Amino acid sequence: MQELINKAKELLANGTVVRVLGWRAGDLSYNPEPAFFETEEDLQKFVYDGFCGANLSKYMIEASKLDGKTLVFLKPCDTYSFNQLIKEHRVDREKAYIVGVGCRGKLDIDKIKEQGIKGIESVEGTELDGPDTLTIKTLYGDKTCSYASAMLGRCHVCKGKEHMIADEIIGESKDTKDAERFDAVKAVEAMSPEERFNFFQKELRKCIRCNACRNVCPACSCRKCVFDSNKFDSAQKANVDSFEEKMFHVIRAFHVAGRCTDCGECSRVCPQGIQLHLFNRKFIKDINEYYGEFQAGADIEARGPLTNYTFDDVEPSIVKERG
Amino acid sequence: MQQRIGVFVCHCGSNIAATVDVKKVVEMLALEPGVVHAEDYQYMCSEVGQAKIAEAIKEKQLTGVVVCSCSPRMHETTFRKCAERAGLNPYMVEIANIREQVSWIHKDMEEATQKAVILGRAAIAKVSLNTPLKAGESRVTKRALVIGGGIAGIQTALDIADAGYEVDIVEKTPSIGGRMSQLDKTFPTLDCSACILTPKMVEASANEKITLYTYSEVEKVSGFVGDFTVDIRKKARSVDMSKCTGCGVCQEKCPNKKAPSEFNRGLNTRSAIYTPFAQAIPNVPVIDREHCTKFLTGKCGVCSKVCQAGAIDYEQQDEIITEKYGAIVVATGFDIIKLDNYGEYAYDQSPDVITSLELERIMNAAGPTKGHLERMSDHKAPKNMVFIQCVGSRCSDGRGKSYCSKICCMYTAKHAMLIRDKYPDVNVTVFYIDVRTPGKNFDEFYRRAVEDYHVNYIKGQVGKVTPEADGSLTVHGVDLIDNKQIKMKADMVVLAAAIEPNPDIRKIATMLTASIDTNNFLTEAHAKLRPVESPTAGIFLSGVTQGPKDIPETVSQAGAAAVKAIGLLAKDKLLTNPCTAQADIMACNGCSTCANVCPYGAISYEDKEVRGPGIREVRRVAVVNSALCQGCGACTVACPSGAMDLQGFSNRQIIAEVDAICR
Amino acid sequence: MSIGANEEFRPKIVAFCCNWCSYAGADLAGSSRLAYPADVKIIRVPCSCRVNPMFILRAFERGADGVILCGCHPGDCHYSTGNFYARRRMTMLFSMLDYIGVENGRTRVEWVSAAEGAKFSATMNDFVAKVTSLGKNVRLGDLRCKN
Repeated sequence: MQELINKAKELLANGTVVRVLGWRAGDLSYNPEPAFFETEEDLQKFVYDGFCGANLSKYMIEASKLDGKTLVFLKPCDTYSFNQLIKEHRVDREKAYIVGVGCRGKLDIDKIKEQGIKGIESVEGTELDGPDTLTIKTLYGDKTCSYASAMLGRCHVCKGKEHMIADEIIGESKDTKDAERFDAVKAVEAMSPEERFNFFQKELRKCIRCNACRNVCPACSCRKCVFDSNKFDSAQKANVDSFEEKMFHVIRAFHVAGRCTDCGECSRVCPQGIQLHLFNRKFIKDINEYYGEFQAGADIEARGPLTNYTFDDVEPSIVKERG
Repeated sequence: MQQRIGVFVCHCGSNIAATVDVKKVVEMLALEPGVVHAEDYQYMCSEVGQAKIAEAIKEKQLTGVVVCSCSPRMHETTFRKCAERAGLNPYMVEIANIREQVSWIHKDMEEATQKAVILGRAAIAKVSLNTPLKAGESRVTKRALVIGGGIAGIQTALDIADAGYEVDIVEKTPSIGGRMSQLDKTFPTLDCSACILTPKMVEASANEKITLYTYSEVEKVSGFVGDFTVDIRKKARSVDMSKCTGCGVCQEKCPNKKAPSEFNRGLNTRSAIYTPFAQAIPNVPVIDREHCTKFLTGKCGVCSKVCQAGAIDYEQQDEIITEKYGAIVVATGFDIIKLDNYGEYAYDQSPDVITSLELERIMNAAGPTKGHLERMSDHKAPKNMVFIQCVGSRCSDGRGKSYCSKICCMYTAKHAMLIRDKYPDVNVTVFYIDVRTPGKNFDEFYRRAVEDYHVNYIKGQVGKVTPEADGSLTVHGVDLIDNKQIKMKADMVVLAAAIEPNPDIRKIATMLTASIDTNNFLTEAHAKLRPVESPTAGIFLSGVTQGPKDIPETVSQAGAAAVKAIGLLAKDKLLTNPCTAQADIMACNGCSTCANVCPYGAISYEDKEVRGPGIREVRRVAVVNSALCQGCGACTVACPSGAMDLQGFSNRQIIAEVDAICR
Repeated sequence: MSIGANEEFRPKIVAFCCNWCSYAGADLAGSSRLAYPADVKIIRVPCSCRVNPMFILRAFERGADGVILCGCHPGDCHYSTGNFYARRRMTMLFSMLDYIGVENGRTRVEWVSAAEGAKFSATMNDFVAKVTSLGKNVRLGDLRCKN
């Protein structure tokens, strides 16, 4: 962490950048939040630990409009999002100084709580070069759990330790993949239609339309979301039985299909714990199967699968044939 | 603005009124919000009907018009013009199709009436959201392209040139002339094909307004009606056209004469450097690089040595010529089908089973036998000839074509007659399903074959042709009139193989975005009323590319296609479809997704200052060139923020229709 | 659902047809008097690529029991490539709807040319029969019901 702060100080001091985009401590020790830092003094609040899951790419949209360069810290998986945003002309590469930060998987406080650990005051050992075992200070004394068992779901299907784009890299990364990316999707697919319907009905019923998923999603970066415009007669917040209430997540997933890098932020921030990545990952799985392997954000030049075609593409009836 | 919508329900005589309770539709639609006027009339498209619409527009200050009538593909334009004359923007008119989609397909009056009301409601819901649109203008390049240099293409080009416009012919083979140049005589007058075709070929080549691109193919087409840009690939001829005098020495001296002659349907061979036939235009040979010893082994070069003009150029490369056109006429013609599915006729087993087109070459004085009727196997004169009709035509088992090839009955009568005339001792038998001879002097012609020339016509099909050890053929058939099996000896069997559109047409149609039917014939804009136009504006159909036809029909249709093209070229400007895409710069992300799916390159990006509540910044936003946009709407769905919308088919309009239907 | 109930049930079907091929195919079905059930209501769009998944979801949300999209055959699109995009989009959308448990028989894409009046009619007959057999569409309209 100190190395990152030193780098930030250096770049601010020599005028390479005029601000730094990173994370600062939140109100609890395990909820750091994205923040801009403009002075050396500000940087005292800078943190980088296992709970810094937030993908900072999207903040660069606003930062790109400001004068001067911004130093942004990106984890390997965040760089896919950043690339995708470059491709869509939403961020300005010239306005960013990218430091690729090391990552050994990010932590999810709920995963610790799920292990029966209550009264959590702080978690120790979350730093990049920390131990494999976390020590959790609780009202009831110290508890431990393994780092891996506390990781976010997305880190178990890690896309790899390589940064897709960076001006320099600080810290070692680790590929934390220990599960198959599409297993969860396959499990749903294996259900009967009735079971799938009940499953999603149960999931979606939890939604409170807080828009956290939309706000955090780097692909959902529209200046004006269709759900906030009158273009489709879909903005009817007052109406509980409205179109958007039912279709929001399906449409959102469709709008980011082929552009979603599977960064997993939607599921991470959902206060209701809806497994939103099941939608996005389903599209990714279909795209891979029907149109060839595609990873959004891996290659800026690659044509997105939904703005592309071949003469011999599968017909929509494949859905039925596949059963 | 307060909507003032008028609804006009057409009876279409009894076409609609017999199945739809028109009065009820009027009554129901009058209750819809915004509707201030509703009436019905016998024929809305008639002058009286249109006057009623115009009157209501004026008297009730209508803001929108819904006509419940036939398909908008029939009369949308009629009613738009009517609205315009009455002072209403023509794009404030919507049609509810209650004829093709209701009265003609439903029998139950209550059900049909109910559906008509729903379609009317959808149209009302849509028209409430219509906005006045104004057609833009685009320029017309006063030059036409004709694809195909057969008689259809030549005639079209001559007619267009005659009207004073520049026209280019692109012909794939080394010479213009097409199928007609391969024919010996033509029905029903029996004049020599070359005698009537060659003057036209010469005329085309001499006409200052006509440019011939032979041995060339259309490579790429972009643009739209009035303003097409076409890349033409001029294949390397290996002969400099500006130097060649057409003396023919190179062909004589070429040591490699083993290439099958395309012109003679493979019945004999030609040299590697060749002109397809003596009267070829241009009279400049090409080197067939696949058969030329120089290209195959690097050794030879005889043609180069003997050419006094120094025209041989082994280094010549394909050349791409890019030209702009206002209109494109497709005249790609036909070929006969491959006979792989018809093994029973032994076409592959015996050289004495031939197609009619091969017979044309055999009968022709410049053909492989110098015009002597002889068997290809032993060069003996045949005594008995059998013609089999409908080989692959009118086929219901999927092996051939479902359609009638139209020309076979007549050319078979011609062949039979010519043979009986020149070789009276040859017995000629024709097996037919039906003899179809509609056309001026056609039936008289056929009757002459039967009555004056005693050609033996047998109604029935041939099941099998068996080559015998003695070199003869046995034909197994049935006589349906006498209801008996027939087995007869023949020395030659001639198959009237079905014709099919030139196989290149699929590729060409795709380039032109012209639609094509299941048989690969180009589709007309209207089967009866616009038979020489493609639904794709600016594309016209000439000759067999549209459907089977004989020479007189081809020529008259070629002329019709020319007239349509001339009508287009005569305009200085075209009104463009105003139903184009538009980007809302407030919502546009500038992400380029829309441009990626635009087939016309109509979308570009500009940095524009955007002002709105609390916003004042320069943004990269999409800008649509409405002259290029054709209004497909691909961009509207690709756009994640919904910033891109299509005028005339906006998101809100379509959703209003959906809502009205699902109400 | 009992067979008796099915007999009473008349589905609401929205058919999006491209102007150049399928709408013309529907016209040909009409002029050829090739009947199909009145449950089908056609919305004319310039091209199959104009059909936004939002429209389809909207139709279901408003009570449609089946939605069918008809366009030119691949390769024959009036705008060259529109139906290729539509094909990918609809494959994705239909797959997603199937995934969330909506019966896949309620959605269909069919390529119908201007010359295929008979195919248009046959397609609609078949689709209506299929949707009728599925009964009323409760799932999509009810995905997030708050019972």
